[in-house]
Amino acid sequence: MSKKILELQNIKRSFTMGTETVHALRGVSFDVMAGEFVTIMGSSGSGKTTLLNTLGCLDKPSDGVYMLDGVNIGGLSRDELARLRNRKIGFVFQSYNLLPRTSALENVELPLFYNSSVSYEERKQKAINALEAVKLADRLDHTPNQLSGGQQQRVAIARALVNEPVMILADEATGNLDTRTSYEIIALMQELNQVQGKTIVFVTHEPDIAAFSTRTVMLRDGKVVKDTANTNIRSAKEALAALPPADDY
Amino acid sequence: MNIFNLIRIAFKALQRNKLRAFLTMLGVIIGVAAVIAMVAIGQGSKQSIQSQLSSMGSNMITVLPASNVTGGARLGGSTVNTLTLDDVKALQKQAVNISSISPAATSSGQSIFGAFNWPTTIYGVSPSYLDIRQWELTDGIPFSEDDVRASAKVCLIGQTVVANLFPNGENPIGKIIRFNNLPFQVIGVLVAKGQSSFGQDQDDVILAPYTTVQKRILATIYFRTIYASAINESASDAATDEITTILRKTHRLRTSDENDFQVRTMAELITALSSTSNLLTILLTAIAGISLVIGGIGIMNIMYVSVTERTREIGLRMSIGARGIDILMQFLIEAIMISITGGLIGVALGITAAKLITIFLSWPTLVSESSIILSFAVCAFTGVFFGYYPAQKASRLDPIEALRYE
Repeated sequence: MSKKILELQNIKRSFTMGTETVHALRGVSFDVMAGEFVTIMGSSGSGKTTLLNTLGCLDKPSDGVYMLDGVNIGGLSRDELARLRNRKIGFVFQSYNLLPRTSALENVELPLFYNSSVSYEERKQKAINALEAVKLADRLDHTPNQLSGGQQQRVAIARALVNEPVMILADEATGNLDTRTSYEIIALMQELNQVQGKTIVFVTHEPDIAAFSTRTVMLRDGKVVKDTANTNIRSAKEALAALPPADDY
Repeated sequence: MNIFNLIRIAFKALQRNKLRAFLTMLGVIIGVAAVIAMVAIGQGSKQSIQSQLSSMGSNMITVLPASNVTGGARLGGSTVNTLTLDDVKALQKQAVNISSISPAATSSGQSIFGAFNWPTTIYGVSPSYLDIRQWELTDGIPFSEDDVRASAKVCLIGQTVVANLFPNGENPIGKIIRFNNLPFQVIGVLVAKGQSSFGQDQDDVILAPYTTVQKRILATIYFRTIYASAINESASDAATDEITTILRKTHRLRTSDENDFQVRTMAELITALSSTSNLLTILLTAIAGISLVIGGIGIMNIMYVSVTERTREIGLRMSIGARGIDILMQFLIEAIMISITGGLIGVALGITAAKLITIFLSWPTLVSESSIILSFAVCAFTGVFFGYYPAQKASRLDPIEALRYE
């Protein structure tokens, strides 16, 4: 029996906009086990982004219990949430969010700067290892503007991996990439999930991507409308091979 | 998160924008350099005024006979004779705050050389008179203690006397001039000094041994004045008290008696001139201080822009685990680094500027340690003060909004 990484019990989140109260989440409950690759799907306005913020400990639910790796985040302060994000979550964003004019290595090192238990040598070694894991060991000194979109996103994934989080939280991580590069990124994610057993939560609105995950959670109007395990998981590597050869010869 | 990591982060952030960091620094650099250079000019001019004053004999003390009451009538100082050689000897022996002392017996009269004559004043003094007044000779030699003992008929003459008795440019040295029909051999010529601060022509003078003037011209044992110099300017008050005590004793005055002499110093003149240059220093420092404040506002402005521009970066840092305090410290350290680096460069530049001013404009400058420490402290404070608000703004950003900021 594998460990529960996420445990959501009747999560509610509402915002007050002037006189109106917007209910973004109206009672969301599901668990995620270690080693799962979950896609959270939903159209815009479904509460997807709010759920992502909650899962990422950037926001706290108005009601309900959210346990991340056994820790109830409800009672935590801003600083404690920051610490939790640093140790337990690896973010991958749609727009990469790498520091400009900063080498790939330093970008990957960044989360470790906020972890005082990591020494200088450890930090560098861990960052190199993470970049090797995303096959960018030969690009350590390249700055983001010297890297392609796919490479930048791989640097971002390395940054998410470097602190050995319990979960990688991807927010439309392929949204800015073409199909081929998207598949490359998904293939990398699948590899991390299958080979290294990383838990991945992938928030997206592209139904295409759900086929590569082990499970899909569908949101609509702030509620889970479908939560299904994927029996027929596509391999991103095969999908990549099946694509017509690139024209850029 | 330890402080070294924060310093590294701040340093890297500044490195990414070298030109902007430098331009921001420039405000502080100019501010600090201006403070140091301006204070150096102020202090330098103050020092040069003081050294000019002491070359005028600012530590000179004058003892005059005082007015006296005889049978109900107050008599003026010049008519009273109270100062004698005993007083001079007592002062020489007992006063510790006095470096040199000279009596003076003066007489007005006509000086004659050949076909030329000129009304002037003869000062009967001791050789140390030249030290007290800080007068020097352009030519010849001063008279000696031997000349004093021998009541020698030798004299030193001022430039006005030279001009009137030797209008044809002859060398006065060795010539015999007559003063009130007494022949004096000229053995030295005094350097031109111009007018005193009271408008008196200091060059219209003949100096001779006091014994000669007392015995051969005035036929008196009294002195008109005793000149002394305090060991330094700050000792002049102590020297005044000392002289008063000693003279009261030698004059055998009872405690109820008034002084029959008066002691004067040039302290008031020094105070007046020092306060002028102090005012100059304050004005220059104020102007320079304003530029330092403007430098600080420059830092605030840039840090503000920087926080806005780097909102996404701040959001990212927060999402990967930076606490509010980490962000606050990062931006604060950036501001402090700018101001401290700017301060260091400013100190170096200010010292260089002061040196260059002295070299090229020959203005006296004095770089004081206190101005360096003060301006450096002010600019470090500026960094904290003007960096804090933008840094606090950054630390309070909501990571969700910051990440989505366009």
